[in-house]
Order: sequence, then C-alpha cells, then structure tokens
Amino acid sequence: MAESVRQIGALMRKEFLLEWRQRYALNGMLLYIVGAVFVCYLSFNARRGQLTPIVWNTLFWIILLFTAINAIAKSFVQERSGRQLYYYTLVSPQQIILSKIGYNTVLMLMLSLLGFGTYAFVLGNQAQDVPLYLLTLVLGAIGFAASLTLVSGIASKAENPATLMAVLSFPIILPLLLMLLKISKNALDGLDRSVSTDEIWIVLAIDAIVLTLSWLLFPFLWRS
Amino acid sequence: MKNTWWKALAVLILVYVILQGLLGIVPRQPILNESIRNVYFHVPLWFGMIVLLLTSAIYSIRYLRSGRFDDDLVAVEFANSAILFGLLGCATGSLWANFTWGEPWPNDPKLNSVAVGMLMYLAYLILRGSFDDEQRRARISAVYNIFAFAVFVPLIFIVPRLTDSLHPGNGGNPAFGKYDMDSQMRMVFYPAVIGFTLLGVWITELHVRMRRVKAALDD
Repeated sequence: MAESVRQIGALMRKEFLLEWRQRYALNGMLLYIVGAVFVCYLSFNARRGQLTPIVWNTLFWIILLFTAINAIAKSFVQERSGRQLYYYTLVSPQQIILSKIGYNTVLMLMLSLLGFGTYAFVLGNQAQDVPLYLLTLVLGAIGFAASLTLVSGIASKAENPATLMAVLSFPIILPLLLMLLKISKNALDGLDRSVSTDEIWIVLAIDAIVLTLSWLLFPFLWRS
Repeated sequence: MKNTWWKALAVLILVYVILQGLLGIVPRQPILNESIRNVYFHVPLWFGMIVLLLTSAIYSIRYLRSGRFDDDLVAVEFANSAILFGLLGCATGSLWANFTWGEPWPNDPKLNSVAVGMLMYLAYLILRGSFDDEQRRARISAVYNIFAFAVFVPLIFIVPRLTDSLHPGNGGNPAFGKYDMDSQMRMVFYPAVIGFTLLGVWITELHVRMRRVKAALDD
C-alpha cells in the first residue's frame, strides 16, 4: 500500500516535471482561460456588476468547462506511445490513471482559481458566499479531472481525438455540471449553507462513482 | 420452435395492450382526459429502454471479462434498440405533452436529461465508427459503454428529482401510480412493460443474428 502510494507520488512528480519543462503548454492553458474570460467580458460589453447572477454564474462555468476539456484532452497525447509502453512495464495501470487524475485535479484547481480571480476582477465579484463558491470550484476540479481523464484516454485511441473528446465529454459531464451550477448559484445568492448540503453530497457521490469506474476500466483501455 | 414461446408471448401481450389502450375503459382524470391511455405506451417504452441499456452494459462487462467478440456485438445491438425505444419514447411523450402541458417540448429536467442521455449513446455510436481495428473498437467502446451507463443512471433518476419537474414522481410530485391509476389500468400497464421489453429483445436478437451471419460470410 505504502509502496503504491509512493509510486503514484513519483508518477505525479513526473507529470509536473514534464509540464514544467515544456512550459509553453501550461502557459498556453493559462492564457486560454484568461483570454476566454476577457473575450466574454468584451463581448457582453458589460460594466462591472451588470450581468444578472444567473448569466454571471453560467458563463463562468461554461468557460471552465471548455478550459477543462482543452487542458485534460492532452493527458494521453503528450507522451509518445513508446514511452507509455515503458511506464506500463514499470507500474500498474491503476497507478497511472490515479496519478493522471491527481495531476489533472491540481491543474484544474489552479486554472479555475486563476479563472475565478480574473473573472471577478473584470466582471465584478457577485458571489456573496465566497468560501462556498471556492468549495464548488474544488469539487468541480475533482469531478472534471476524474471524468475527463478517462474520456481523454478513450478519445486518444481514436482517429480524431479532438472532436471525439468534445462529443464524448459534453453529455458525460452534464449531470456534474448541473449540480455544480446549482451549488454555485446558492453560493452566489448567499443562501444558508444547509440548502446546498444535499447537492454537495451528490457531487461527491458522482465523483466517487467516476473515480471507481476509472480505476476499474482503465486497465482494459491501456492494453489496446 | 423451442425458443419461440416468448416471441408469441410478446405478440399476445402487445395485441392485448393495443386493444386495451384503444378500446379499454380508463378512469377520467382532469387535464389528462383520454390521453391517460398513453401511459400504456409511453412509460413502458422508457422502462424497456432502461432494461435494454442495462443489458447492453452487462454485455460490455462480459466482453471485457471474456474477450469474446460476440458479446460486444450483442452490446452494440442492445444499445441500438435502446436508442430506437428512446426516440419512440420521446415521440409519444411529446405527443402527450402537447395535449396536457400545452407544448411538445416543455423545458422539463427529465426531458432534457433524456435528450442528453440520447446524445451520450449517439456519441457511443460515433466512437465505434472512428476505429478501424475491430479488437480495439470493441474494447474501447465497451469501456465507454459502461462509463456512459454509470452516468446515465444519476442523470435520469437523481437530477430530475431534485429540481421542479412536470413529470409525476419528480420534484416532489407524487408518483403516477399513487392517485391516477386504478387496478384495472395496472392489469394493462405491467404486462405492457413486459411486452415492450420483450419486443426490444426480439428486435435486438434479429439484428444480432444478422450481424453473426454477416461476420460468418466475411470469414
């Protein structure tokens, strides 16, 4: 057990190192989310605090969704297949998928916090319960990473990964997205936190289902 | 002849359901009026679809465990029939909604969930189309099929119950059977569920046999 945790740690460290060494990809993603926020800001031509809360919230989550799909789509195409084969001889597939999910969670967390910062900066912060809003961001990062990592693994095996990634992930991510929208709307309105506990549990349950499935199904995926 | 009894049963049940659905006596309800007959067609189609999708997911699991090519073939045909049932369910549903809720596609969470579910399974077919290698296609689409079913279940059963829905049994509405159906309707409704499910299995079986013959001819 301790051994496998150590191995997962090493794999995650490898992912971070890889990302750090070719920083253009990371910078590209950071620029992507900032750019998307700015495009929305200018397209709506909105002065601060002029968007209605629903539009404000939905727009932010749509930006996050697209960023997540773009960021996670490259989890399996970054490295050459020869090198992946080498990893598979060293560690078990479960460790690989868990380390990828862990890495993507941290990445998404970073991107969504940056996105929220920029978004609140240019369009004005409308969230009344900021800690709860940040909690939704954390839940969203875990959920997006868990469900999209497996999908990106599936899509990377096919002929046209980019289109397939979008087609496969939009419907899969939707229940999660709807729940997250609901919680974040509650946070936006500053409702009492007990209102959101049910939804938080459901998001956690969906995360758990998706994580278990990735753990169970990935070994079948990498073999091909 | 030994394996045809269930096909005869399906035909018998469906004839009974259609006769009862068109001619039988139904309770008069406000708003619903005669459209309550649709409960014999619309609801069983959805029940049938969920059973077919479950079977498809089970066959995908079996394929991953055994690696027999035949299981994957069965899984995709079950998914195909489920999509057909889903489209028919949408058609009967929007007909019903047109008369009771005033528009063919009201903005209802259950409808939207189902539409997303359909998209998910259409994406499954697209995914299958994008592989040349058969082994690879079978394995990867089996993985996606299982994953899709696991997301489909919360989408259909949990999300609509949390928000306001026009559908009975959702968003705090009482379930349909509680007040609206009398015991006479139940005598038609439950057989209808079985009958439509059997019909779905029958359609699937024919498709599977055709695929097997094609595969045998190709070899």
